[in-house]
Amino acid sequence: MELTQRSNTPYFLTGPGVIFFAVLLGTPMIMTLLLSLHSYDFNTGIQADWTIANYIEVLGDSYFHKIFTRTFGLALLVTVICVVIGVPEAYILSRLSNRWRSIFLLVVLGPLLISVVVRTLGWALFFGGSGVLTMISQALGFAEEPVSLMFTFTGMTIALVHVLVPFMVIAVWAALQKIDPQSEDAGLSLGASKSTVLWRITLPQAMPGILSGSLMVFALTASAFATPAIIGGRRMKVVATAAYDEYLSTLNWPLGAAIAMLLLIANIVIIVSYNKFIERRFAKVFE
Amino acid sequence: MSFLTFEALNKTFNDFVAVRDMSLSVERGEFISLLGPSGCGKTTTLQMIAGLLPPTSGKILLDGKDITATPPNKRGLGIVFQSYALFPHMSATDNVAFGLEMRGIEKNERLERARKALDQVKLGQFADRHPKDMSGGQRQRVALARALVIEPPVLLLDEPLSNLDAKLREEMRIELRMLQQDIGVTTILVTHDQEEALSMSDRIVVMKQGGISQIAAPLDLYERPVNTFVSDFVGKTNLLTGTIVSDNEVIIGEDTISIDTRQYQHKSSVILSIRPEKLSMSCDKSGYEVRVEAAIFLGASWLYSVSGAMGELFVTQPNTGKAGYSKGDIAWLSWPEDAITLYTGAA
Amino acid sequence: MQRLSPAALIFHGFFVAFIIAPLLMVIAVSFTDKGYLSLPVDGLSLRWFRAILDNPDFIHAFWISTWLALISATAAVIIAVPAALAIARHKFLGRDIISAFLLSPLMIPHLVLGVAFLQFYSKIGLGGSFYGLVAAHVILVTPYALRLALSSVTGLSTDAESAALTLGASKLTVFCRITLPMILPGVAGGWILSFITSFDELTMSVFVSSPSTQTLPVKMYHHITQTIDPLIASVSTVLIVLTFLVMLILDRLYGLDKVFVGKG
Repeated sequence: MELTQRSNTPYFLTGPGVIFFAVLLGTPMIMTLLLSLHSYDFNTGIQADWTIANYIEVLGDSYFHKIFTRTFGLALLVTVICVVIGVPEAYILSRLSNRWRSIFLLVVLGPLLISVVVRTLGWALFFGGSGVLTMISQALGFAEEPVSLMFTFTGMTIALVHVLVPFMVIAVWAALQKIDPQSEDAGLSLGASKSTVLWRITLPQAMPGILSGSLMVFALTASAFATPAIIGGRRMKVVATAAYDEYLSTLNWPLGAAIAMLLLIANIVIIVSYNKFIERRFAKVFE
Repeated sequence: MSFLTFEALNKTFNDFVAVRDMSLSVERGEFISLLGPSGCGKTTTLQMIAGLLPPTSGKILLDGKDITATPPNKRGLGIVFQSYALFPHMSATDNVAFGLEMRGIEKNERLERARKALDQVKLGQFADRHPKDMSGGQRQRVALARALVIEPPVLLLDEPLSNLDAKLREEMRIELRMLQQDIGVTTILVTHDQEEALSMSDRIVVMKQGGISQIAAPLDLYERPVNTFVSDFVGKTNLLTGTIVSDNEVIIGEDTISIDTRQYQHKSSVILSIRPEKLSMSCDKSGYEVRVEAAIFLGASWLYSVSGAMGELFVTQPNTGKAGYSKGDIAWLSWPEDAITLYTGAA
Repeated sequence: MQRLSPAALIFHGFFVAFIIAPLLMVIAVSFTDKGYLSLPVDGLSLRWFRAILDNPDFIHAFWISTWLALISATAAVIIAVPAALAIARHKFLGRDIISAFLLSPLMIPHLVLGVAFLQFYSKIGLGGSFYGLVAAHVILVTPYALRLALSSVTGLSTDAESAALTLGASKLTVFCRITLPMILPGVAGGWILSFITSFDELTMSVFVSSPSTQTLPVKMYHHITQTIDPLIASVSTVLIVLTFLVMLILDRLYGLDKVFVGKG
């Protein structure tokens, strides 16, 4: 119920939060934007000038190109894999009996509550030279040398899929919950085979969930730090680890700020264009 | 020759018996209602006919063929679900054309037939709308068109009118019945609304707790219910408990009624049923004396709650335009002898 | 309920195995009796759990994380609940902007938040301080508390409150005795989710914490980049167990899938 009063109550209720955010979020964000527009000298530090040199460097330098391409490629690959395995899993979960469903929801979504460091550590142990992967492949006989997926693109992909697929499952699961199960019965009664029902009736209704899940996985992969840092290491840099380098190793804060700003803009562009797309494509169909 | 037959259909979920020994023969073109309170097994029965739920035992025969084991997508029946179950991502036309598409009918023809079907349910101008942009009544018609366009041998309706408001419901009952008679499709309707069943059906199957209480045409069912459950569920009735004292007398409350009781044992307990509209009320001091406790005006009729030596009774009288009785008035009731039905034992 | 095909169940089995495998890996390694990374094939040992006690740094980091999460979650709820009441129930100028602003951290990559705060705090002299860290975490988790509070308040009909008013209760009494108890599950869920998010957070904290204010995930991260040993595995196992317990509580209290539709 809404009260359309001209009272000041809502301002008092939201005021403290807004002020807190304005000072402690708004200001830092603006400052970072400004910082990215300064230049940096290795000897004298941050200069008090205005320049877009940092952006030119980030967007123009082939070193950064490689990093962006790798990050983008990683995000795309992880997203595709998450769709391929996450959508069926969400569907299966929705078809389980109540007791099993609660248990497996806990199992599949629970890891989201565990710090990403712990989950990534598991993969590091698995992938490492003296790790389980080596033991298994040597036991099965198809490798003589220790097998390591550490510091490889493949290893990063697998670990990131593990970290992010629960988000895909949640998004698709939420969409599946809204589907009227009788619409699938109706499809059957009209002569559709089980797979036709899945393809023509269930999947189209789950599409908004699949898209929002993809969006989230893509955005989170693109800005991921811990997993690429641990599994990818020094040689496989992504946007987040590159920014980390600039900030905490090279101390070229303006450059780091420029990278961060570009990442932020990319994030916002993706989210906004997704919303526009969804609105146009699905608004006529879904409430 | 029966067109649709169920033989001893049973459905048990773990320990719970949802449908018990249901047998029925439906003629071609007949309109049958499965009527009963929630949980009586009517929807379960419908789902078994549709093939969405396998029976625990029993057979279903359609036009001589045993379809008990046939999967739902091969039975070719037309079903209107309670929630309508339209496909939200398709327009009305595409929804209706879906069944034709599954039968391999090519695009132009099926869109043409879908449009015709929508015209038949008076939704021609909504052909390109999506379910989200339609009212409940409109969605219901799309669901109906979708079920009818495939020219099914049997039409199944699962409480199709329960989500509509009262006025629309009444209109749809008439339309639905007329449509069914025009097309001549064998129809099974599931409902808990006895007025709906009475107004639309050729025969009504009254169900209770998984079993059949009575199968009869509407008038027969209303006038000659076989037990107190049916007489109270279909229409309203007064149920009075009494004791038989002789071949022609029953004591109810403080009064004695003359009625032929020769079929029943002495001293046994009976239940009398008499419908409110069968009682006549007058001021001419002859008959059974009662005191009016409440008078409710219903427009076309009056409903009175009266008390007398037999206990509390409800009486309906038509509205003659003159003032009715008021609380505290004394009046006299009379009734024709065949207006009372006696029941012994449980319903 | 449609039955699932055997193929589907097998796929499901592999999926679940995939999800659990790394965690099992961590737990297994933490029980090794050897002095180096290995699987406990010869027998289980608690030596690496005892070793945690010899590492005060980890324990210190654990307390930092716990206090940080406690304070952040509480502050987030204090900001979020009044804001949710305002946003859900009043139509006022700027409502959508304020709502978007308070939810904006969800759209900002943690990396970006981290570098922004790092720069800001150094400028105002709070660089590497605990207060700065707290403020950063409050900003980070408030959106989660707000989303859950909003969904709680939005679903609430005001009839019960109107009834209380007509029976003579003051506005404050109505809030404390009627409104608050009704939105409590959502608020509690929001608090717990905020706590967990803050406790687990790594990327932003890497930039904002200093050696003396290292949170547990940050300390673990730095440890891993130097060396991967059974010690870090045993610390991780402790975390897994604690999280599992919290998860059970959260599910009982609120229903895990409902919480996550807020996190997702």
